[in-house]
Amino acid sequence: MTNIKDPKKYEVIGTRPLRPDGTDKVTGRAIYGGDFEMTGLIHGKIFRSPHPHARIKSINYDKALELEGVIAVVTADDLPVNPVGNIAIGYSRGNILAKDKVLYVGHAIAGVAATDPHIAEEALNLIEVDYELLSAAMNVEEAMDSSSQRIHENSFMKEFGEMTTTNNNIDEHFQHKMGNVDKGFDNADLIVEGKYSTVMVHQGYIEPQAATALWRADGSLTVWNSTQGSFPDRDELSNILDIPISKIKVVPLEIGGGFGGKIPIYQEPVAALLSKKAGKPVKIIMSRKEVFESTGPTPGGYTWVKIGVKNDGKITAMQSELAFEAGAYPGSPVGMGSLCVFAAYKCDNQLVDGYDVIVNKPKTAAYRAPGSPNAAFATEQVIDEISQKLGIDPIDFRMMNAISEGDRRVDGPKFPVNGLKQVLESMKNSPQYQKKLEGPNKGRGIAVGYWFNVGLQSSCSITVNTDGSVNLIEGSTDIGGSRASIAMQAAETLEIAYESVNPSIVDTSTVGYTAVTGGSRTTFSTGYAAHLAAEDVRDQMIKRASEIWGVSNDSVVYSKGQFSSNADPELNMSFKKLASQLEKTGGSIAGNGSINPKKVGGSFSGSICDLEIDPDTGKSTILDFTAIQDAGKAIHPSYVEGQMQGGSAQGIGWALNEEYFYDQNGIMNNSSLLDYRMPTSLDLPDINTIIVEVPDPSHPYGVRGVGEANIVPPTPAIANAMKRATGKRFYNLPMNPPAVISKLNQDS
Amino acid sequence: MSKKVHVQTKINGEDVEFLCEPRQSLLECLRDVIGMTGTKEGCNDGNCGACTVILEGRTVTSCLVLGVEVDGKELTTIEGIADGDKLHPIQTAFLENAALQCGICTPGFIIATKSLLDHNPDPSEYEIRWWLANNLCRCTGYDKIVRAVQDSAKKIKAQAGG
Amino acid sequence: MKYVDYERPTSLKSALDILSEKGDVTKVLAGGTDILVKLRVRREQPDLLMDSKEIPELNELSFNPDTGLTIGAAVPLYKLYADADVKKHYPALVDSTTIIGGIPIQGRATLGGNLCNAAPSADAIPTLIVLGATATIQSSGNTREVSVSEFCTGPGSNVLKSNEILVTINVPAPADNSAAHYMRFIPRNEMDIAVVGVGSYVKLNASGDKFESVNVSLASVAPTPLNVTEISEFLSGKDVNDENIEKAGQLAKEASKPISDMRGTAEYRQHLCSVLTKRSINKSIERIKGA
Repeated sequence: MTNIKDPKKYEVIGTRPLRPDGTDKVTGRAIYGGDFEMTGLIHGKIFRSPHPHARIKSINYDKALELEGVIAVVTADDLPVNPVGNIAIGYSRGNILAKDKVLYVGHAIAGVAATDPHIAEEALNLIEVDYELLSAAMNVEEAMDSSSQRIHENSFMKEFGEMTTTNNNIDEHFQHKMGNVDKGFDNADLIVEGKYSTVMVHQGYIEPQAATALWRADGSLTVWNSTQGSFPDRDELSNILDIPISKIKVVPLEIGGGFGGKIPIYQEPVAALLSKKAGKPVKIIMSRKEVFESTGPTPGGYTWVKIGVKNDGKITAMQSELAFEAGAYPGSPVGMGSLCVFAAYKCDNQLVDGYDVIVNKPKTAAYRAPGSPNAAFATEQVIDEISQKLGIDPIDFRMMNAISEGDRRVDGPKFPVNGLKQVLESMKNSPQYQKKLEGPNKGRGIAVGYWFNVGLQSSCSITVNTDGSVNLIEGSTDIGGSRASIAMQAAETLEIAYESVNPSIVDTSTVGYTAVTGGSRTTFSTGYAAHLAAEDVRDQMIKRASEIWGVSNDSVVYSKGQFSSNADPELNMSFKKLASQLEKTGGSIAGNGSINPKKVGGSFSGSICDLEIDPDTGKSTILDFTAIQDAGKAIHPSYVEGQMQGGSAQGIGWALNEEYFYDQNGIMNNSSLLDYRMPTSLDLPDINTIIVEVPDPSHPYGVRGVGEANIVPPTPAIANAMKRATGKRFYNLPMNPPAVISKLNQDS
Repeated sequence: MSKKVHVQTKINGEDVEFLCEPRQSLLECLRDVIGMTGTKEGCNDGNCGACTVILEGRTVTSCLVLGVEVDGKELTTIEGIADGDKLHPIQTAFLENAALQCGICTPGFIIATKSLLDHNPDPSEYEIRWWLANNLCRCTGYDKIVRAVQDSAKKIKAQAGG
Repeated sequence: MKYVDYERPTSLKSALDILSEKGDVTKVLAGGTDILVKLRVRREQPDLLMDSKEIPELNELSFNPDTGLTIGAAVPLYKLYADADVKKHYPALVDSTTIIGGIPIQGRATLGGNLCNAAPSADAIPTLIVLGATATIQSSGNTREVSVSEFCTGPGSNVLKSNEILVTINVPAPADNSAAHYMRFIPRNEMDIAVVGVGSYVKLNASGDKFESVNVSLASVAPTPLNVTEISEFLSGKDVNDENIEKAGQLAKEASKPISDMRGTAEYRQHLCSVLTKRSINKSIERIKGA
């Protein structure tokens, strides 16, 4: 499809109106998960494992039940029985409440509901669990070692798509292949390789998970929560609790940050089971410690990259091996990392091996372009090394080897229209890159990153109000201002003012299926659905005008808010006027739009980082930072800039200070916001943004999702800057002050 | 039954009284006892600033103050920043500068900004970033927040006829 | 948090009576920024929190050019660093107190609390040690003075008996040709606990080319804040030059006994002792010359 309108004629798209939920958010009126109240509400807390790996021999909660104010306790025994042989449901239920074994510190074992949260907390101290301690594997190397304790004793490794009989801690080994890397390396004049390791980090959303569940006497369940996807939550609840989706309603409240970490559910089923036992609504809010230890951080692990080039800079072969921590249950983003690792580079000979490794850590979840930053930390540094060795400007080198439309990604698909080259050009011409960086201990690094973006289902309805305004009903929870950009697309299609569109985000009983707010899909897919719903309203209004005027449907034209007819130039009516006449002429009008887009374009992004280190302390200061990203078409440029700045800030924290610090007993020592060091306002410079627009032809307005690709290039850009500032290459994250001093003291 | 203490305080200019146990933080009292949920909890140990309120003219993290400690004292919370149906210039500046994405840190930032501009009506960018360092934001990277604070200072001056 | 009772005495006498009766199950609450965190993770589980903020003697803040500075144990940090006399005569106290937590923490936290909490990483204690500060402690019927350098007995423990309260911290009047300074290293730019902290005090001779006395105290490299007497001995009478300051840095490194933990490795901390000691001594010298 092509753009329906000439972008130069956009009235609403590209402007920067105020967001519709803004007033509530700046006055404290917006209701987030933890703010929810209802009559009879009681409070739940969760009892969690203090050990990284142990068998549960017995659980005794009699004393907890005896404490005055405690109303109910649940364990895995209160969940439905797992059908024999269904490993997947065993994993899903196992992460909600541990059965037989605990697989990480913080693994939920029991839930308690009491009249107030302090009593619930006291009750946790009265639960007695007898453990048989087992040895723990705390990183991929330990887990992959054949002598390590098996974490899932009855599961086997899937290799190259087939189930094997090997029982190790590797859940899957897959491979992508293109051409012949051996020939490619033979042809190379220069080969550079390196193994780059990262450690577990957390999305760091400021709002802890919060949910309230009410299980009614009629067997229906309603959950009010902060979530990135109320429909997927409903599906998961149905799956875990074994009740039909028709009995479940999920009501999304405002959400205080997600970045992928609020896609899975954690305490919702526990709250539901407690509510069933107690006959009252149960609210569970996680503590910050639980957020770190018991939700879904992103994995550590390693990415090994080997690249061969000719002396003129042309790449001849690319090979990678990625092993990521899945956590206690399978499903690390190693698959996604493996298709992103070489995405920016044209090369006919590629080989990528990926390993999904089970370790005694929380089950990993998505974190903004999951897997891609880990992979880019490796590739972008190897490319940097090559370009330095060949004496080619790092941006020119990437331009020389950049993929074009029609080139293949290593896992098969051909790249559609994309903006990689335009991003590279913008980087080269940016004010920061054009400025000289001088002085000792300073360095400039650049990198590019990729995210494929997803489509998935979205549904919207639009109803016309008698005053010419419309209600837009959608199901995408708003974590970054998407309500506004979706409303803007509806307004553009309907050719009415942005202020005339009233968006509401509704529950699973009120709108059609809408997938997660994630995967950089919301402005794309839900915006597309809103556009379709707007077209449906427009078409119905055209039909109504034709009926009122007694002319043929085809003769009615709608443009810039006015209906007219080719049959008679006198016939003219505004959208507002027609809206006021709907009741008397046949009834109100409501339009619908649903989509599951088959084609979605990805987004390329770039980072330019200037930094300075203090060679005595190892501390780095970011002097200047620019984020460049292809947004296709920036619907609301302020929110696109906001995504770029936010992803850059997370990338900077990931590069310099963030890490899960474990002691020798497998216990995380820094599960607080004091010692899990996210950047403060004083740690970051102004973050410059450059929006590139290479429209995606598969969207009516050319939109490309921008939520994720921006977190990919900052870590390698910073590492490349460190190389130039210190003369040393960093193979591990974080590049914190002790790591810098240690590197500087190493012999070259 | 545990003993509850009767606390009398002034919140946003209005007399408010409530009962609480000594172990309940001011944050908990505001949110769960009085029902003012505008002040948010992010960490409960003073490290994120989402619970910032103004107590006797000073910014404090309300998670580290007990409800019983504010007996006889005056507080300002996010609910008291707007003037009836008129937003405060700081609130308007945050909206106009798109300085919020998920919005959970926003009440804390608005309170901290008010306190900053009350003490220092014309802060430099460094002073802004220093004063706000206890308020964590994970969505914005702080850039638009700093712009909003600078814009707030301008708006407040203009309002005062400066 | 375990259930706890709360009392707020308005006189020192009533406070001391409470401590005489049940001091062993009581914790004093000043700013609350350390103690409430401890209560929530059950590192402390008192039956009673005794709020000290309305005891007049603990709210004193006064300066006398002969006797020095008297800081009540409940004086919040924001009052301390805004005080004209503190800014003028004790800039090292401003160094320390403006970096404890962030602005909202400084709205509540107290110097007395920072001392009594006795964290090895406390930012105020090295400064108080190098300035020769003392602590005035009272119980019913008894008053005693303890040098701040002896106040902390281990991580989180101090010399206070269960019936005692810290009333004031007393800092001697500043001598001519002297200045002090505090700095710490943290990985971010705010909010963090010191990986290493250094307080230095320097007194030069009248012509400013020789050290008369130097005190250096280190945070986060031993179970309690460390007073490096080796530096005092070495630099006394020596010329002010880079070589001697370099040696002082080396002595700091050798005296330190750091552990490796989530805030830094032992090796890294030892390295920082040397770097920061040199920088702090130089800053103290700059302050003397600038005065």
